[in-house]
Amino acid sequence: MNEHQQTLWEFMQQQSDKLLVQTMQHIGLTFISLFIAVLIGLPLGIYITRKKQLSGLVLGIAGVLQTIPSIALLGFMIPLLGIGAKPAIVALLLYALLPIIRNTYTGITGVDATVKEAAVAMGMNKWQVLFKVELPLAMPVILAGIRTATVINVGVATLASYIAAGGLGEFIFGGISLNNTNMILAGAIPAALLAVLFDFLLSLVQNLNFKKVKGAVKVAPVVLLVLSCLYFIPSAYGSKLTAGFTPEFMGRQDGNLGLISKYGLKIHTIVINDAVMYKAAQEKELDVISGYSTDGRLKAYDLLVLGDDKKIFPPYYAAPIVREDALRKFPELEQTLNKLSGLINDSVMTELNYRTDYLHQTPERVAKDFLEAKKLYKPDRGGNEGVVRIGSKIFGEQYILASMYTMLIKGYTNYNVATKTGLGGTKIVFDAMTNDQIDVYPEYTGTGLLAILQAAPQTVTRLQVSKDSTYNYVQREFKKRYKIKWLKPIGFNNAYALMMRQAQAKQLGVKTISDLKRYLDSK
Amino acid sequence: MIKVERLVKTFGTTKAVNDISFEVNAGETLALLGTSGCGKTTTLKMLNRLIEPDSGTISINGKNVMEQEPEALRRSIGYVLQNNGLFPHYTVAENIAIVPNLLKWDKAKTDKRIKELLDKLHLFKDYFNAYPGELSGGQQQRIGLARALIADPPVLLMDEPFGALDNVTRTKIHHEFKELDELKRKTIIIVTHDVQEAFELADRIALMDKGRIVQIGTPAELLFYPANDFVKDFLKEQHLQLELKTIKLTDIWQYLPDTGKKINTSQVPASAGIWDALDSYKFYPRENINILNQQSKEVRSVTFSQLMSAYSHYKNHQPHE
Repeated sequence: MNEHQQTLWEFMQQQSDKLLVQTMQHIGLTFISLFIAVLIGLPLGIYITRKKQLSGLVLGIAGVLQTIPSIALLGFMIPLLGIGAKPAIVALLLYALLPIIRNTYTGITGVDATVKEAAVAMGMNKWQVLFKVELPLAMPVILAGIRTATVINVGVATLASYIAAGGLGEFIFGGISLNNTNMILAGAIPAALLAVLFDFLLSLVQNLNFKKVKGAVKVAPVVLLVLSCLYFIPSAYGSKLTAGFTPEFMGRQDGNLGLISKYGLKIHTIVINDAVMYKAAQEKELDVISGYSTDGRLKAYDLLVLGDDKKIFPPYYAAPIVREDALRKFPELEQTLNKLSGLINDSVMTELNYRTDYLHQTPERVAKDFLEAKKLYKPDRGGNEGVVRIGSKIFGEQYILASMYTMLIKGYTNYNVATKTGLGGTKIVFDAMTNDQIDVYPEYTGTGLLAILQAAPQTVTRLQVSKDSTYNYVQREFKKRYKIKWLKPIGFNNAYALMMRQAQAKQLGVKTISDLKRYLDSK
Repeated sequence: MIKVERLVKTFGTTKAVNDISFEVNAGETLALLGTSGCGKTTTLKMLNRLIEPDSGTISINGKNVMEQEPEALRRSIGYVLQNNGLFPHYTVAENIAIVPNLLKWDKAKTDKRIKELLDKLHLFKDYFNAYPGELSGGQQQRIGLARALIADPPVLLMDEPFGALDNVTRTKIHHEFKELDELKRKTIIIVTHDVQEAFELADRIALMDKGRIVQIGTPAELLFYPANDFVKDFLKEQHLQLELKTIKLTDIWQYLPDTGKKINTSQVPASAGIWDALDSYKFYPRENINILNQQSKEVRSVTFSQLMSAYSHYKNHQPHE
């Protein structure tokens, strides 16, 4: 653990300029999309009060859009709009549409029919009826819809960082990957405060009387525009190439920090989620990305691993880690899990990853095929002597390993298995383990050292001599601090890597990270 | 002034208005009377094209309404709604100024006219900046009337204007309605289901049923010469009261005894109905009231029993009933 436990306040002070930028981006993102959503939703809502037969269809479509999971929607956007601000704004505005359209429709159809008839009978034309009677009277309901949309947008905007659009999500997801609670809170607390603040301010507007609402409605577009301007498009291209790194890579010594300190690499960098990073590289939105040496997507997306000539990406072992009390409770567990040890080398793991990431085979099938080939597969014994809980992080390799362990335990012991796969990041899966929610999951010694133990730089340097010294260190420290045991390494190396598209690397003559730096430095 | 010929309107398969024709003279008040669903409101709303007729012609002041732009037509016709239809987000002054603003009057002219109207309707200027929600039902209905009258339209259409008011307020407003000089020069069509109201306010009544006019005529004609059993039945329940209101003191003047006594109390004009005369008795024994005949300047002082016997004489000399 840290020599000095940093408080949240210290973290926020230290990162205050980043925090400010992220908050501004967050507000900007929220309101640009809200502004566009109002521009689209309000007229559409009015239109369907005139063409009632369309109302079911329009509200239905807006409702369906609302139910698409945010991350999936962001994923769909990349082929269409790339990464960064554009897809994030579009996704956010799609979420904001439903409450705005629905409340406009409800508000206007709810206006007293007698009042509307009076307006017509006085000799108003349809536009006068709309602007002088229907809209003003529907305004409290419409404002309630905009208020709902704002709060939704503040929440969903945290996900914008997945596709490099910035916002407070950078801290939140960075913190989850880096096991840094202060970082999570530095993003989550301001996001929550923004939601509460905007909700409160809009409730004030909503409760104004008619006279004041007239004024407020005139000022609203200006306020929206000003708030939208807070968002300066973060992907203003600063160098010849653009790099997209995961939040975890950004914060690790054997990641971006090393690239800067050891190589002096100056590249325009944006933070992006691992799930969409490869896609973005393929779509030529990104030129350089972070990845793993055993990555199946290397082959899938035709990427080249750049040579690490200064050795900043030390190789680490992958191994299952298990709670000690689980080992006592399930005496046969350790030897069963160790059956896999030494069987999977780098090329095998890369091949297995390729099958899930590119050929889209299920992790279960990939796991079963592999075990059968190694003559390790045994059918389920249907055991009932207790349940072993297996966890995994949210990427292909972890799913495959979790499946293999499941099959081995079911085939060789009388234990049953419950899997809790797809746990978001290191922090989530490791917290689940220390809180006795899972018994075992595959982890990497590098992550253990840097993200979980958060070892001091001098310790890291000292341990980088060999894979084994790191393995021994984390095994000792985990036992001491968490009562968690590292079992035997599975075999393959896990190391970070920088990747570029093959074609581009060839064209630029880049083979190593140093080549990349030379290219970037040349004018 | 208003001429309606062979008006038809069908909703789905029901003929809401089935071949209706009538005329209203300038300055006259016509009541469209009937139960709900008889087509009276539909007829009214076709006059300012809130509802477009299927066939038939309507002309107001010699001009076919179908040949006018609907907005311009409506601005030239006053319209009063049952539930007043005031804009809840407009102040009283803004509500009344709707039509002037549509007609682009200048502000000074509008303000002057609003003040004049509020004065005539006995509404205080304090209400100027109040919102309709802060006023009583009777006040709201007066504002609705002011809104319809502001541009001084020659024609006024009223859709059950007093239907939502309680009895006391309604009686009071009926009284004001009859007194208001602005209304005396207007051609008015008023829709109502209230027989009393029709008898009280209208010069002529068109009794409607199932989309047709059953009988059109003065209150007395409907009362004493009903066209058929429907008219008779429609008026039956309140017949006595209606008679007492419809028959004027001048009608029974010849049957009133000339007692010569002129007790110095207040006088009832002979143009009033018997009902009003009955109303002024304080009901103690041997009481007299004075009735003044404006034409002959003659005053007769009669007791309750003398008045009732004159009424019964008059009835016996009517041709039928």
